[in-house]
Amino acid sequence: MSAVLPTPARAAGPSTARLSPKAWSGVLAALVAVLVLAPLLNLAVPQGHPLHLSDYAVSLIGKIMCYAICALAMDLIWGYTGILSLGHGLFFALGGYAMGMYLMRQIGRDGNYQSDLPDFMVFLDWKALPWHWAFSDSFVATLLLVVLVPGLLAFVFGFFAFRSRIKGVYFSIITQAMTYAAMLLFFRNETGFGGNNGFTDFKRILGTPIATPAMRMTLFVLTGLALVGFFVLARALVRSKFGRVLQAIRDAESRVMFTGYDPLRYKLCIWVISAVMCGIAGALYVPQVGIINPGEMSPAASIEIAIWAAVGGRGTLVGPIVGAFFVNGAKSWFTQAFPEFWLYFLGALFIAVTLFLPQGIVGLVRRLRASAAKAEVKA
Amino acid sequence: MTPELMEAGARVREAMARKQGDGTGQSGGRRASYGSVVQEGVLDTRHGAILYLDDITVSFDGFKALNALSLSISAGELRCIIGPNGAGKTTMMDVITGKTRPDAGKAHFGSTIDLLRLRENEIASIGIGRKFQKPTVFEQLTVFENLELALKADRGVRSSMFFRLNGEQLDRIGAMLSLIHLKDGAQRVAGLLSHGQKQWLEIGMLLMQDPKLLLLDEPVAGMTDEETERTAELFLSLEGSHSLVVVEHDMKFIGELTQNGRNGKKVTVLHEGSVLAEGLLSDVQANEKVVEVYLGR
Repeated sequence: MSAVLPTPARAAGPSTARLSPKAWSGVLAALVAVLVLAPLLNLAVPQGHPLHLSDYAVSLIGKIMCYAICALAMDLIWGYTGILSLGHGLFFALGGYAMGMYLMRQIGRDGNYQSDLPDFMVFLDWKALPWHWAFSDSFVATLLLVVLVPGLLAFVFGFFAFRSRIKGVYFSIITQAMTYAAMLLFFRNETGFGGNNGFTDFKRILGTPIATPAMRMTLFVLTGLALVGFFVLARALVRSKFGRVLQAIRDAESRVMFTGYDPLRYKLCIWVISAVMCGIAGALYVPQVGIINPGEMSPAASIEIAIWAAVGGRGTLVGPIVGAFFVNGAKSWFTQAFPEFWLYFLGALFIAVTLFLPQGIVGLVRRLRASAAKAEVKA
Repeated sequence: MTPELMEAGARVREAMARKQGDGTGQSGGRRASYGSVVQEGVLDTRHGAILYLDDITVSFDGFKALNALSLSISAGELRCIIGPNGAGKTTMMDVITGKTRPDAGKAHFGSTIDLLRLRENEIASIGIGRKFQKPTVFEQLTVFENLELALKADRGVRSSMFFRLNGEQLDRIGAMLSLIHLKDGAQRVAGLLSHGQKQWLEIGMLLMQDPKLLLLDEPVAGMTDEETERTAELFLSLEGSHSLVVVEHDMKFIGELTQNGRNGKKVTVLHEGSVLAEGLLSDVQANEKVVEVYLGR
């Protein structure tokens, strides 16, 4: 390093380049794949052609991209800020339920009972929509709810938890309790969200049929755009001074406090951002998968999000996305090939990653690359 | 108006002027400030002191860590505080910085700011910097980034998101890097520094905040003799522009800071949560009570 100061100092100002050229080309490649390649291979290339992308693959990748958004959100709060949430499945499910309510209203009179009310309400012998369904026929209101409901819940929950300085495993446990409590609430028929069956049998979105190849591809492209957009956003956040304060909170919160920062505001801000990301992921997930039920709020679902982030690599932004694709890809293959062994495999994977790959897949790749570079230097 | 009346008036005015100009009053020559407005968050040291602790008591499960502790630090003073383990030195710092709330007593920063009403980060923002006993830096950030975060700037969330260093701030960080002898290590991750270097980095981070009062808890622990000497020099150079409270076990370091009492600096000895003795190092060392509890072990 040169002894002349301003040069290294200026080089150190990380805020000058939010995205490196390499990262930009990665983002560009992802955009091309989502916007051009996937639609072409799925819609234009005829079925039976070796390059054809099957509908099954489109819906699978679309689903995994929603999961990847969750993993990215988890990484912001866990990998960068050091707060492990085991309740992110709740925010995902709330976004999904907000979208699901709209989709239920879109069914109109095409349900089994030919009623204006959703089928499960007819079944329960309800005569009118409950109050919380008031805005469910408006798409714009639904989009607002998708953001506001998880955001507000996270804000209120986070405010009290962070103000009381609840940290570490205690925070993880109460987030777990929060999603579990919500699951029990949503299981009840009286809550008005379809009980344990949840919402399904969607017919239309914005008046157009939902089960067509074109609509499937539209949702796929939207999800891809959301994922890339959130990646760029997360990158900008992490590379800003804000992101460095978050990492400082992870490393030494008391020092952050005695340096004059209010950790409550920083934690609350990233916590709400993370929750809203999950909510949007949930809203994109439901129309693609065609069902939402309280199972998404089960503690296991939230723990899985943490596993994706850990397997891919915490504290890196590519890591959680890689992790979500790897684990869910493995899951869809495993559950077909050896259905009874999937959970064993998942457990073994988690143990292996914890023991041998503290930095996940991305950390492993980096290590291999570094040792390869070393070998090259030697040779 | 008659000439007699005018003459009498002039005499009264003269007498008044003489009285006001006279510097031998109880307030040490300073005039009382009539009608001064208490400005929130602005440090007022016109009465000479920057920190007042009055009858502070802290107890943990019945054990009195601080027992009616009273202490006053003047603006620009460098005060050393010594005392055996468990004397309440660190608890005192916890009270000043808002980490611990006392059961009784008052703590003021300057004449007007009540420290007991503020939270840790607010206390840091009004100009009290604290160095921990165990060096605490952001281990996974670089030395440069550590200093950047400590740099005096708006601490709000939104301004952090859009923060960019300007040239002047870069220069300040650069000057600090050379002051703490970490110029060549600016890009190193702070976790890889030696213990002594971490201590220096933490002191550098404190100074980046531009505090008026520095609380330093065992600042030279784990430093080599040369580093210790340089630290003493640094602290002495800060005196005057900053007020410093140094808690230390290392008597050699205290001796260096006070030049063994020749520069007239006061040393305070804490014992069982209250002040046992206060005065020049040589006087304190000669004090029988002090010898008994601490120095003469």
